[in-house]
Amino acid sequence: MARFMPLDAAVRENLKDGDTAAFEGFTHLIPTAAAHEAIRQGFRDLTLIRMTPDVVYDQMIGMGMAGKLIFSYAGNPGVGLLRRLRDAVENGWPRAVAIEEHSHAAMANAYEAGAAGLPCAVFRGYRGAELARVNPNIKSIICPFTGEELAAVPAVRPDVTFIHAQKADRKGNVLVEGIVGIQKEAVLAAERAVVTVEEVVEDFSDLHPNLCVLPHWTVTAVSVVPGGAHPSYTHGYYARDNAAYLEWDAVAADRERFREWMEENVMKAGPDDFAARVAGLRAA
Amino acid sequence: MGDFTPNEMMTIAASRALTGEDVCFVGIGAPSAACNVARLTHAPDITLIYESGTIGTAPDVLPLSIGDGELCDTALTTVPVPEMFRYWLQGGRITIGFLGAAQLDKYGNINTTVVGDYEKPKVRLPGGGGAPEIATSSGEVYITMAQSKRGMVERIDFYTSFGHGEGGDHRKRLGIETKGPTLLITDLAIWKPDPETKEFTVVSLHPGVTREMVQETCGWKVKFAEKLEETPPPTALELSTLRDLKARTDAAHKGGGPAAKRGSKDG
Repeated sequence: MARFMPLDAAVRENLKDGDTAAFEGFTHLIPTAAAHEAIRQGFRDLTLIRMTPDVVYDQMIGMGMAGKLIFSYAGNPGVGLLRRLRDAVENGWPRAVAIEEHSHAAMANAYEAGAAGLPCAVFRGYRGAELARVNPNIKSIICPFTGEELAAVPAVRPDVTFIHAQKADRKGNVLVEGIVGIQKEAVLAAERAVVTVEEVVEDFSDLHPNLCVLPHWTVTAVSVVPGGAHPSYTHGYYARDNAAYLEWDAVAADRERFREWMEENVMKAGPDDFAARVAGLRAA
Repeated sequence: MGDFTPNEMMTIAASRALTGEDVCFVGIGAPSAACNVARLTHAPDITLIYESGTIGTAPDVLPLSIGDGELCDTALTTVPVPEMFRYWLQGGRITIGFLGAAQLDKYGNINTTVVGDYEKPKVRLPGGGGAPEIATSSGEVYITMAQSKRGMVERIDFYTSFGHGEGGDHRKRLGIETKGPTLLITDLAIWKPDPETKEFTVVSLHPGVTREMVQETCGWKVKFAEKLEETPPPTALELSTLRDLKARTDAAHKGGGPAAKRGSKDG
């Protein structure tokens, strides 16, 4: 049963040190506000899961919150590499991070298996790929009907998933549209789910019947945070802040500059600051 | 014939390889420009698919990431990411997987994972993303990249995406039925795999390019076809289409400053 609550309370009640947590979003709808709240509350030893860890995971890893990262593509989209992640992997700064690396197909299948309540995902993948050599969680299974060898990976079952979505209705049903990514699966695979939304509407009675809606009883908490996906975008609300992704490349290149930026823009800021950050990115 | 840059020639030569019947899974970076030039010139009916789930997309400007809103706005439909990888890619509905590469070897194997040792990398690259399965589940694979000794190497550090492995029938031995890399388009030449050994062989030099230029920017001993052709230079329509696309992209991404340049670099 979804409960509406301020973001700081939603994060405090649903995230714990040592949790396996997914902050999902596929370029679109990245739950930045929720990630920043988690950074302010200073959680440790998290296992972070995400297909495409980008700027927010770079920030969480740079702040020393993650003990392990499970992922399939760790880059700054359209810009390049993640410099804080590189520093953690290559130099152990500020702490070493264990890595469990997959392909997108494997992660997508693993989330789906988690949502479906299965222990593992089976798919045709990793053929000839060296990740199978370095990741012990990539195994194979023989099809009992055809004899074909297929790849198998464990289901993803986060303790908690955070996503950002367009809107909720008064009951806490949640609508996701545009590039819907892996969010539905990530919510259904998790023990608990926290959703930030742009706005709350009275009801969903005027929606197209086949839209992606998460029923309120699949969601633990809903927090209203306009602009909460910035610098990512929310389809129908505001555009991607491409300049911020470029700026991040320079900020993350230097440890001191990174710490100063985090202090100024995350530690001393709050969920209410996001609306102003997207003001210039809304459609005229 | 007007002036054109090697990168423009690369993009246009790559675009020519695509047809209106193709269903093309578009990799991030350089392939995106080529695929959209094809769509805007000789292949208006081509189906472009990006791994974010957008099917039949027709962006007016080049996306900066595979998940830009423009791709969804102009797509026939947008599906969830698991469906994209399960039904569309694994289901065998993609004719061409179009990939870029950080490191490439002569058999079309691609590394986008690490430079150096996996456990103690010199450079940690972003990783495979969709590429490991694009490389094996697409009907065939086209690769495009600018030539350099750092990028085109005798031995890649990590097999992110399998091409022809050690060459010959290596794919078949692993039970992979798809064709794998059948075309490599660089800023200097067009390459195709030898029918037997599967080693990439230069079949066409772009205008003004010499064999020496190709060898100097490639880390393995280059094989040239007996009958070496010259790539036709860009037509006025191809060049104006590419430049207009870049100009629109730069204008749309302005405010990003260097973002605009980034868009151009992919072309």
